[in-house]
Amino acid sequence: MLKMTHLSKAYRTEVVETYALRDFSIHVREGEFVAVTGPSGSGKTTFLTIAGLLEEFSGGEYQLDGANVRGLNDNQRSRLRNEKIGFVFQAFNLISDLNVQDNVDVPLRYRGFNAAERRRRIQQSLERVGLSARARHYPAELSGGQQQRVAIARALAGSPRLLLADEPTGNLDTQMARGVMDLIEELHRDGATIVMVTHDPELAVRAQREVHIVDGQVVDLMAAPRLVAGAETQS
Amino acid sequence: MFNYYLRLALRSLRRNVVLTALTIAAIGVGIGASMTMVTIFRAEASDPIPQESAQLYTPQIDNYGPGENDSGLAEPDGRERFQDQLAYVDAMGLMNAHAAERQAAMFPADLAVTPADPRLLPFLVQARATFADFFPMFAVPFRYGAAWSTADDTAHADVVVITRRLNDKVFGGVNSVGRTLHLDDHDYRVIGVLDRWEPIPRFYDLNQPYGLSEDVFVPLTRAIEDHMTISGHQDCPDDSPPLTGYDGQLQSECVWLQFWVELPTAASVAKYRAFLNDYAAEQRRSGRFHWPPRTRLRNMSEWLDYHHVVENDVKMLVLVSFSFLLVCLLNAMGLMLAKIMGRTADINVRRALGASRTAVFIQCLIEAGVIGLAGGLVGLALTSLGLRGLVLLFSGDAGRLAHLDLAEVGCAVALGVIAAMAAGLYPTWRATQVQPAWQLKTQ
Repeated sequence: MLKMTHLSKAYRTEVVETYALRDFSIHVREGEFVAVTGPSGSGKTTFLTIAGLLEEFSGGEYQLDGANVRGLNDNQRSRLRNEKIGFVFQAFNLISDLNVQDNVDVPLRYRGFNAAERRRRIQQSLERVGLSARARHYPAELSGGQQQRVAIARALAGSPRLLLADEPTGNLDTQMARGVMDLIEELHRDGATIVMVTHDPELAVRAQREVHIVDGQVVDLMAAPRLVAGAETQS
Repeated sequence: MFNYYLRLALRSLRRNVVLTALTIAAIGVGIGASMTMVTIFRAEASDPIPQESAQLYTPQIDNYGPGENDSGLAEPDGRERFQDQLAYVDAMGLMNAHAAERQAAMFPADLAVTPADPRLLPFLVQARATFADFFPMFAVPFRYGAAWSTADDTAHADVVVITRRLNDKVFGGVNSVGRTLHLDDHDYRVIGVLDRWEPIPRFYDLNQPYGLSEDVFVPLTRAIEDHMTISGHQDCPDDSPPLTGYDGQLQSECVWLQFWVELPTAASVAKYRAFLNDYAAEQRRSGRFHWPPRTRLRNMSEWLDYHHVVENDVKMLVLVSFSFLLVCLLNAMGLMLAKIMGRTADINVRRALGASRTAVFIQCLIEAGVIGLAGGLVGLALTSLGLRGLVLLFSGDAGRLAHLDLAEVGCAVALGVIAAMAAGLYPTWRATQVQPAWQLKTQ
């Protein structure tokens, strides 16, 4: 599903070149739930933005669902991102002046679905996260946990092959975080491929596999897979 | 997607009402100022009778001689300007030659109307003494009756054509053809009533380019016989003897008549030009002119240019107003930039969810267009106010120019949309350049 080989990302100024990722290789298979961990500044988010086609990389190869993404133009990258990837952000990133259903509608609009199909998908994904009764509410009228559920519904509405989550519980209290994690695990059990960036070891252990990044490199790629059920008992 | 973008644009306008209002106001004020001046310019520069003007010409004959033109001004090609009206002798000479398809000499006169209704007091009207061809040559519309005939010209008939305005005032708007109108000390029979006819500018007599058209039209032959007072601009050569009576006026070299001819083909124009030169040469041979023939024949647009109907002040003000519009648009651009940059987070989210740069660009451009539409409507209201202000300032002639037609309404709105979209190009481009990844990294 996601395969990066010897990938690098450098930020250059006139005097200095800094590598956010260096000789970075990772392979996430279809249906896997992978946690990406590491200290602050290790390159976790850079990995996620490159994986999500939001940023270009300097060297190496990246294949998404079998397609080489190097050299794609903005329109091609945007289409690929829209069709194959769902994002869940730490700060939810809902559009404040759109109500819940209009927020979920955003990626579907760019996908070009007709009105009936969009309505069906919005209804389906809101039911999935248990918020169909709140379709007309605005983000400010929802709790943090509910907002993150809306963000997940938005990410799921286009039936993406890959769900990228960046600290999805980072802005939530313990109880809400637990609810969101339960939902993510449920999505995984239903077959979704999930890559979750987190610095929280307690969340990381709920993934099947943990990839640890330090200074832009994978240091623990061979970590043993863990069962989701085992992770549930630890949380 | 257009409807979706339109909805987003309307939502965005409501998001920051103050910024939106300022942007719309900046565009509206600029458009209001420029459209006010453009309206005046267009009215001054427009063709007063578009269907007929291509075949209308006015002749000039220099009956003063070189160096007599006291203005000292030259034409664009360096030739000396000379008098742009004709002496009675020349006007009648051209009329009697019948060298054009249609032709009419004319002059303005003031007349006192004494209504038959004793409840109405006598009042003064402006009249135009002319020939029968005036009406078909200028395609003057009639509400009742018709123009007099060339036979009436020859017979010095005591007939008049009056305007709808005067007909309403004196005859209560009914068909007054056949009724008698008492003008000065004579009775005239109403032979026709005009429909609305107000050419702007009043091309046939540019001494008063924006005055109302006359209320009474009378055969020139009859006007001369009745010794009607000449009320228009009159100019005499420096060495001319004092005028003695009405006959002296007619025989003098003073110029006070306007003259128009209809020449439908290029050949007829060339022929008439030759005729004018022959006429002037004949005047020289007869000892009246002591200089080689100096004549001109101008078409409508040349005539309006020659008279600077579009004043240089107005041209300058149009330039100034468009410069002001440019300043307003720069302000609007700054405001739109602030507005769009304030929405960077939303734009990044949309990019992350699959919006391409093109999609973001179109969305922002449509928003700019909506702002421009609102600005155009505000500009239209301000233009209307500006023109009303001009009516108050110039209650007479220039005030007549102050009206908006449908084309100008469309122009103002289109200008608003185009101007706002142009001003929005840079902010829109900036919006597409923000890297969506930054949003993730800075949250």
